[in-house]
Parts: sequence; C-alpha cells; structure tokens
Amino acid sequence: MTINQSGWKPTAPAGRGDAAGATFTGNKALMLEEPLIFEIGDDQTTGVDFAVGDVAGSRLGGLSRKDPIGLPGLSEPETVRHYTRLSRQNYAIDLGLFPLGSCTMKHNPRLNEKMARLPGFADVHPLQPIDTVQGALEVIHQLAHWLVTLTGMHSVAMSPKAGAHGELCGILAIKAALEKRGEGHRKVILVPESAHGTNPATAAFAGFSVEDIPATAEGRVDTAALTARLGPDVAGVMITNPNTCGLFERDLKAISDAVHAAGGYVYCDGANFNAIVGRVRPGDLGVDAMHINLHKTFSTPHGGGGPGSGPVVFSEALTPFAPLPFVERDGDQFRLVEEENAEEHHADSFGRMVAFHGQMGMFTRALTYILSHGADGLRQVAEDAVLNANYVLRRLEDTLDAPFADSGPCMHEAIFSDRGLAPGFSTIDVAKALIDEGYHPMTMYFPLVVHGAMLVEPTETESKAALDQFIGALRSVAERAKAGDEALKTAPHFAPRARLDETLAARKPVLVWKPKVAEAQAAE
Amino acid sequence: MRYLPLTPADRSDMLAVIGASTIDDLFVDVPESARLDGPVRDLPLHASELAVERHMTALARRNTVAGEVPFFLGAGAYRHHVPASVDHLIQRGEFLTAYTPYQPEIAQGTLQMLFEFQTQVARLLGTDVANASMYDGSTACWEAIGMARRITRRGKALLSSGLHPHYVSVAKTMARYTGDLLATGAPALTAKTDVDQLIAAIDADTSCVVVQYPDILGRVADLTPLAEACQTNKALLIAVVTEPVALGALRAPGEMGADIVVGEGQSLGVGLQFGGPYVGLFGCKDKYVRQMPGRLCGETVDADGRRGFVLTLSTREQHIRREKATSNICTNSGLCALAFSIHMTLLGEAGLRGLAGINHATACRAADRLARVPGVRVVNEAFFNEFTLDLGQEARPVVRTLAERGVLAGVSLGRLYPGEAALENGLVVAVTETVTDEDIEALATALTEVLA
Repeated sequence: MTINQSGWKPTAPAGRGDAAGATFTGNKALMLEEPLIFEIGDDQTTGVDFAVGDVAGSRLGGLSRKDPIGLPGLSEPETVRHYTRLSRQNYAIDLGLFPLGSCTMKHNPRLNEKMARLPGFADVHPLQPIDTVQGALEVIHQLAHWLVTLTGMHSVAMSPKAGAHGELCGILAIKAALEKRGEGHRKVILVPESAHGTNPATAAFAGFSVEDIPATAEGRVDTAALTARLGPDVAGVMITNPNTCGLFERDLKAISDAVHAAGGYVYCDGANFNAIVGRVRPGDLGVDAMHINLHKTFSTPHGGGGPGSGPVVFSEALTPFAPLPFVERDGDQFRLVEEENAEEHHADSFGRMVAFHGQMGMFTRALTYILSHGADGLRQVAEDAVLNANYVLRRLEDTLDAPFADSGPCMHEAIFSDRGLAPGFSTIDVAKALIDEGYHPMTMYFPLVVHGAMLVEPTETESKAALDQFIGALRSVAERAKAGDEALKTAPHFAPRARLDETLAARKPVLVWKPKVAEAQAAE
Repeated sequence: MRYLPLTPADRSDMLAVIGASTIDDLFVDVPESARLDGPVRDLPLHASELAVERHMTALARRNTVAGEVPFFLGAGAYRHHVPASVDHLIQRGEFLTAYTPYQPEIAQGTLQMLFEFQTQVARLLGTDVANASMYDGSTACWEAIGMARRITRRGKALLSSGLHPHYVSVAKTMARYTGDLLATGAPALTAKTDVDQLIAAIDADTSCVVVQYPDILGRVADLTPLAEACQTNKALLIAVVTEPVALGALRAPGEMGADIVVGEGQSLGVGLQFGGPYVGLFGCKDKYVRQMPGRLCGETVDADGRRGFVLTLSTREQHIRREKATSNICTNSGLCALAFSIHMTLLGEAGLRGLAGINHATACRAADRLARVPGVRVVNEAFFNEFTLDLGQEARPVVRTLAERGVLAGVSLGRLYPGEAALENGLVVAVTETVTDEDIEALATALTEVLA
C-alpha cells in the first residue's frame, strides 16, 4: 500500500509565531499529561479476569471487610497506557548520561534481567526444603566467593537489603565484637565530615555517639586529627574510600593500623568501590567491614529508588559476629546456617537482619554481571570509570572551580564548586539548566565540605562521544551561570514540570490523594 | 567487553588530555603495597552472553520451581498470579534505570507512581497515610517498634506469639542495640489467638503491642479490643500484615484502631524470588507522620502552578539530620512498589475483592479436604488463605518426604520454631488462587500415604 498523494504535497513549515501556546489537552505532542488513577479509575473496573469460584461459606471469623476500600481499577489497556505515560516523565540511564555522583549510575545489562526471571530463581519460595533450592544457595555461595575474593576479605554477609542496611550490619558486628571483648564502653565512632549522611545515622542508631573528623585542604581525611582522637573510648571509624570528594584515601592503611593499635575497628563505606574494583582490595588496607552496593558497582538496576542490596564483607576479626542466615558449602551440598544450627560454630552472630536470605533477585543479576566481566573486565571497569572521571575533571577545570584539582588524580568522580558563578547564582541553577540540555544533573551540595558542590560521576559505560557532549553542555551552562544569565534561574524550561515548590509540600503535607471537598459533597 | 564503550584509541586520547602516560598514573594514590598488577587471581575471565546464560540456567535448574508442582508454602511469602503487563511495565527503562527522584522536574513518573502507591497502601491498610515503601515486612516491623519508642518515650514492646518468628528475630537483633525490651513467646496450636493475653500484659511501660493479622498460624482475631486497651494505656498498636491480599476480604487493621500498620507487599506484583527483593508497607495515623521512617512523596505545585510531586518531609531523614534522623534508610524498594501499585491498579477494588474471595474459597475447600486425612486436625476456626494443620506427628520430616514426592506441602512449624516440641507437629498451609483442586487432591493423597 502506498500513501494517496492526491491533495497533498510536501511543504516547508512556516515559523510558529504565537501558535505554539497552550493546547486543549495540556499535552505537548509527546509530552503527555497523565491524571492520577484515582481520577480515571473506579471501583468496578478491573484489568484481571477471574474464574468465578465457589465463595459460599466464609470462615473469616466475622471480620469481613464491608466498607468500600477506595481502590480504583483500570482495564489492561488503560493500565499499560497510564504507566507508559508516567514512565516518559522520568529521566533514566537508558535515555542518557546520569552523572549522579556517589550513585554509580551505569548501564544495566539486560541479560541480568533475563537471568533473574528464570523460573528457577524467580519462582522459588524462601522456605522450601533445602534440597529443593540447591541452585539458589549456590548462586549466593558463588557471588559470596567473588565478593570476598575481589575485596581480599575473609567472609561476607549477604542479607543486608541496601547500602545503609549494610552499614548497620557492619556497625552491629563491631558492637558485638566489642561487647564480646568486654569493651562495650567504647561508645565513639569517628566519621569524617565528608561522609554520607547514612554513616552518622547508622552509628547513632546502634547507640554510638558520632564525632566528626575534619578534612584537609586537599580533600582527604585529616589523619593527624583522626589518630590524635583515638583512645579507649573509640569503637572505630567509618571511612569512605574512595571518598566523597572523589579521592583515594592514601593513608587508609596507616589509619587502619592506628585504629587497630588503639583497639578499634575500621568500617569502610564501599559505595564507591566501582573506582577500585580489580585494582585494589580493601582487605589489603586493613578494613574490618565494608558494604558493597550491588546496585552501584555490580549494576543491579536502581529502579527509581530501590530495591538495593548491600552485602558486607568482613575481616577475620569480625567474621564470628556476622548476621544470620548464611550459606555454607558441605561437600557438593549447600546448607543454610540459621538460628537452629548457629550454635554449632557461629554462636557469636549478632542475629538476624531480615526475614529471609537477602535480595536474591539482585544476587542473580550481580552474579550475571560479574561472570560477564570476569576478573579482567572488572579491572577494566574501574580503569575506565576513573579515566572518564579524570577526563571530565581536566576538560572542565578551566571553566568550573575544581577545589581538589591539585590533590592528585580523582577516582570515579570529579568534584566542582560554585565558586566563580555570578552573584546570586548557585549550583542548583547549573543543575536545573543541565536538565534542559537533556541530562540528569550531578549530585548537588554534597559533600558538605565543598561549597555548592557538584559531584560528577560519569561511570565507565559512557563513550568518549557521550562525555564530550556532556562536557560541552556543562561548559555552556557554567559559562552562562558565570555571566549571570537570568534564564538559568527559572530553568528547567523544557521539562515536564518547572521547579517545584518543596516548601509548600513540607509545610502542608499532602501524602495521599483525597477527592476535592466540593466534589465529595456533590456526590453525597 | 560488550558493556564498555571506550576503544583503545579513545583511552590513549583521553590519557593525553589528562596528561597521564598510562592508566596506572591515575592510581598513584594507592599505596604501592596494595596495588594489584593484574586481574585478581583465581577468578575466571570475562565470558560471552551465551556462556553466562548457560551457567546461570544450569544453576536455576537445580531448584524446584513452585509453579511446576502442587505448592502450598506461605508463612510470609505467597505465590500469586502476576498479570503479564506488570513485569512488562516495570522493565521500561525509564522506571528500571532511574534513581531516587532527587530532581523532581524529570522524575514525575516515579513520583506520581509513589503518590498513587502511598494512597493505595493507606486505603488498603486503613491508615491515614503511608510511606513510599520499606525494604520488606520484617524491617518495616522493627522500624515501627522504634517509631513507637520515639512517640511514647517508653521502651517495652509486647510482641504477639503469632508474629512471624523471623520478624521477631529481626526485632530482637535491633532491640539489643536500641535497648528496647521485647516480650514474646511461641504460639500455641489452638484456634484462639493471644489477643486476651496481650491485653492483660499491657502496662504503663508498654510502648507498643505488635500483632500479626492474619497471624503466623493463619488465625484472625478482631483487633478492636486490643486497640482500645492500647489507647487506654497510651501504648501504640502496631499491626503486621504479611499477606496484603487478605485485606480484600478482612477488615483493615487501621479501621480497627491500629496506630501503625506495616506489611509485606510481596504478594502483589513482586513474586517469590527466594525471599527478596520484597517491599515493606508502612502506614500510620496522620499525627505520627513526622516520626515515620523512610521516603515520603507529597503533592505540590510547580512554578507555573501545575500539580506535581516531590519527596518531602526530608528533615526526618539521614541526609539532612545525619545522626538525629528517624532512620538510616536511604533507598526504599521503588521498583517493587511500582510492581505492587500496577498490580493493584489492574485489580482495582472489584478485582482485589474477587481475588481475595477466590483465595478464601480455595483455602476453605483445601481445609475441608485435608481435615479428612486420617490423623490430621485443622487448628484454625477462622482464617483467610492460610491455616495450620496438626499432623499428629512431627511435620518437618513429612514435608521433606512430600518434597521428594514432588509436593511442596507447606512450612513446618519445626522449621520456623526449631526446638519447640509443642509445635513440631504443626504444618502451615497456604492456598492461593494458583492452587487447583487437583493440587489439593495431590496433597491430600500424598499426606494420607506418608502419615499412614
């Protein structure tokens, strides 16, 4: 079939003038507005068919739910359209470079998704008899072996559900170890001021008091200040390496030795492991515990904010205190060490952190990723991640203030400050203008030790061409901010929404949808 | 390496721009003693997609797939049919490969979804508000206990003996460090729950009572008297729901006066996945919002006055409050929350009630059939889609024998409460819409033979 061309001929479009204004629908071509399900669904519609069952005779103990629940339904086509339209209002790695520092937004290989959905992994119950889940336990065991070997540590706890949960796991192990030694009086955890907010929150939750350790002018932990603070009341330190300024903590081994000599333990925040995987083993730096974000270094998808997965590797000293459950190999069989058999040889475990065995769906994805890369590919990952970040740093240091440009090569991320922007302009203006350029902004205003920090982590899965375009965009935006271009203050101009009123949201929280009062009254 | 776009030429061009001669120059800050001169030893090298797929498939084949056998396991994780469109939609890259919506202008998809999720969850649980999800039900449960401590400034939590023993373990672990006192015990193999004992045990030091609904044995009880007793003593009632489909048939805990309702959302959209990732549900009364853990999404307007959504009340959270935060939680379980929300939207109220009705009806048929197996007693009088059998002999070996015969019969109480002799004959059987009458007959027949 061909197009009937009668009455039609190619034309050159004229200028749009004022015609490009409001539309009847509020839509702008591919930018589609979408109401809430509560505004388009109703309590009768369903997108699921059921065989009508025999529902006679209730044994609900007189507790039948009679009042309307208020859950709107949509047919399948409406449902697919609703969520497809919503999805298009999101930025994502699949759309472009996502340089969110400290978050390691790398490509998520689809083989990982396919493997996680094999029925032998996806359709298996956590409490099936052990003989029926040998493959699942072997996945956990194989991944554990990789993580322990890559980090040069002694053991790994697989169950923590996310990075912050992993931090808690590490800190609880430290606490348990201290109590076992009869040194529960050690109540202080030292945390560098550049740390992720989760570090002090975790330490405080576990009953420790948190003391900040300053950073040096070059962006690293002040080793002298840290070692001077060590003493009989210090339980340990929490250090991020590479740190949140994107720098390798050169003195970490010396710090670890000093902490150990003073009777404390070293927790390493492994959020930035991507920069060193295959090049450095944290075990060689004296680390006692470190969480690994599988959703960062090992590419399990971030999913719009989880699920994450945060296994924790341990030194020999902390291994006896690791949480339950864990998987052990027994000849060619795998078994689960849980409460009932822990007494045999894991009596010092601090206990259980989650109902089941951890984020199995993330384990299958991470193992798939790791097997794809192998030991050589993972080393290349770190090298390319570091190369890409240094390339961004050196290409932009003439335009943006790079406070640690002279502190040696950066690791996986490059950090800039808002120094040199025109008065009244700040990092947020640069970030929001980057949105108009088609990018997700970098991490803003973190770490706190850099004024107006812009933390750029390109990751290894960006090509040089992609980096060059991003560098061009950031340079252009930065120059406009330095020149005081007022248009930046109202950016983004081309996103589905302009800047949102976060103050209003917090002052009068609207956390669930409610029908408008007038409509509700009219309905009565 | 197929996931790494840089070419050797790119790498040398970029090193030249940086002013480094080799990649090693970029790792000079690593102390010499810790530098690895090549790939980590004793680990395999990179592999093709085909080779990795073979490896993983071989591992997957070593597991018994729930959908391929008569299957009756529950006890905190339930096998339900998930409509095909759910998994299709959550795999859209804009959802799958986005991050926490820190830049709301380009994350309205995730934010609106979370707002819808919060509303669905609050309505399902019968609470005023709900958050944007937790890691899972067990972590939501201990976060709720912590929240009750902050609100009441008391440190003694009464845990029902019907609370999932793994949830109790998690709470115990955390209590060792927060200083909360936990009172708990194992359930009795009776039809009656421990609501009356809980009411009697509430005192002036009690921060909260934690009760599961339906409980670990599948029993249901009216929570209203318990809620009233809590209120009288200024303690909070925390209800835990591990099977949210039940709330399509059973009164919501929030309606019965629970102050905080937490749950495991895995039943809807997420699948079994050998225990994770799952999605924790967390709802509470309006007045406690500022003590809630986790992310919250709220409605607002943009600079042009258009409705939009943002993460809000973040002054509770670790990245602002650091050591004074209500929780150290950073991520939630976003993609699982999406799966839950899509499944719930497909169901709607009519579908959820229909699904719950089929679950209950199938479970009633199964209970009746299994009650006719010689030596078997159904413990429950009331239940939703899960009930407990007293087999008259130790259930754990029976479960193993049945598994060898290709029937996954349920979860033995011996597995959940090792060492509790009074419970060792108990078998918890879950019956969802995925169970056929042939499956029930297969279980009844096999059980008859094994018990004989």
